[in-house]
Amino acid sequence: MGVAVNLRSAVCLLGRFPALAGVDLVVASGEIVLVQGANGAGKTTLLRALAGLVPVVEGEAEVLGHDLRRDRRSLRCHVGLLGHGPGLYDDLSVADNLRFWARAAGGDGDDVTRAAARMGLDGRLLEAAAGRLSTGQRRRAALAALVARKPRLWLLDEPHAGLDAAGRDVVDGLVREAVDGGATVVLASHELERARALADRSVVLAGGRTVAGPADHAGIADAAPSVPEPTEPVHVA
Amino acid sequence: MWRDALLVGAKDLRVEARSRVATNQVAPFAVLVLVLFAFALDPDRGMLQRAAAGLFWVAVLFSAVLTVQRSQAVEGADGIGDALRLSGLDPAGIFLGKAGALAVELFALELVLGAGVIVLYGVDPAGYPTLVATAAAATLALAAAGTIYGALASGSRVQETLLPLLLLPAVAPVLIAATRAWEAALGTAVAVTAAADWVSLLGVLAVVYVAFGVAAFGPLMEER
Repeated sequence: MGVAVNLRSAVCLLGRFPALAGVDLVVASGEIVLVQGANGAGKTTLLRALAGLVPVVEGEAEVLGHDLRRDRRSLRCHVGLLGHGPGLYDDLSVADNLRFWARAAGGDGDDVTRAAARMGLDGRLLEAAAGRLSTGQRRRAALAALVARKPRLWLLDEPHAGLDAAGRDVVDGLVREAVDGGATVVLASHELERARALADRSVVLAGGRTVAGPADHAGIADAAPSVPEPTEPVHVA
Repeated sequence: MWRDALLVGAKDLRVEARSRVATNQVAPFAVLVLVLFAFALDPDRGMLQRAAAGLFWVAVLFSAVLTVQRSQAVEGADGIGDALRLSGLDPAGIFLGKAGALAVELFALELVLGAGVIVLYGVDPAGYPTLVATAAAATLALAAAGTIYGALASGSRVQETLLPLLLLPAVAPVLIAATRAWEAALGTAVAVTAAADWVSLLGVLAVVYVAFGVAAFGPLMEER
């Protein structure tokens, strides 16, 4: 099994602030890894760095074989990021949004149809302007856009947020399908019970660094916010 | 690149068609500017006719600022910037698409304003080939410069006020050249210079802005 993500002492700056201050993370292809941590621990920055959106200024960083310190742009089309914002054009219908993002990624109408159906977006919802949807519906549409792009690395930031129970089940199913299809998934979530059931293992971020944790999920969940910040980065793989 | 440009351009035009901001807000604003000029200069209809070319292009310029702000605001919605950078679309294609859509909107606006100038200012249009060639080159230059400076300003928290400060001086040569070319075509020029020279200058400006945008839009997107 190959390595999809390989970070060694990776540092990312937001302005002058080291949002990631020496992250070590190795994720094998086909793995589902949960990133835990308190607010401000660096989870979102880690996901954005893995997407090639935030530059890694120190350390080693390779994602899907692309060296992030040399060329992060060539990685991006292989990555799907579900961030806090839905990434939808409010004035366009859901169908128009899905068509645009799918075509941008080289997909076609079939990809859109499949993705919409998978996320339970029916005819009426498909023709509604994205700006008129509820938060949960927008989240579903954003996930459908992600599915239509067929990325090799899924980066999900709070993927269950704003979804009802059925929607959360759909997300879990999607993640498992993506992995069955050969993709790799890194997700950050505060809904630990559900996310831990989904993930193969967890890593914990604190103060912009990975801290040691057990290979399975036992004992991590409740301890995450109070994990002491280490003086040296610890490799968790 | 051209496939990406078509995709982005069609998307931008579809967004404008759905939102109707251009037809319900920008176009009325542009006509209002013409009307206010007419009120201000009404006692002297001859002056209105002599200044029609300049007033027309000033109205276009003010409206272009609004159109550019709108074009960039669409990409500033939550998560859109990240999605665009992850989309795999060529930044040069994104630039050409956005500039192309902007040019189409501005050209449509110029048709409305042209009708307004004829009706409100009593201008008798003449020299149609020059008028059209000028409008085409000036519109392309405005759209390209607007897309560049719009992207530049969009990373700022004060983009609404920053954009006019950046854009208006940069496109002043377009305003001057387009006004002189139209004055020559309409026969209202004080000092007659061949319209072809001004149209050529506009063509050069358009090529420069487009080339700069194609080269610089990638780094500009990274700074958003």
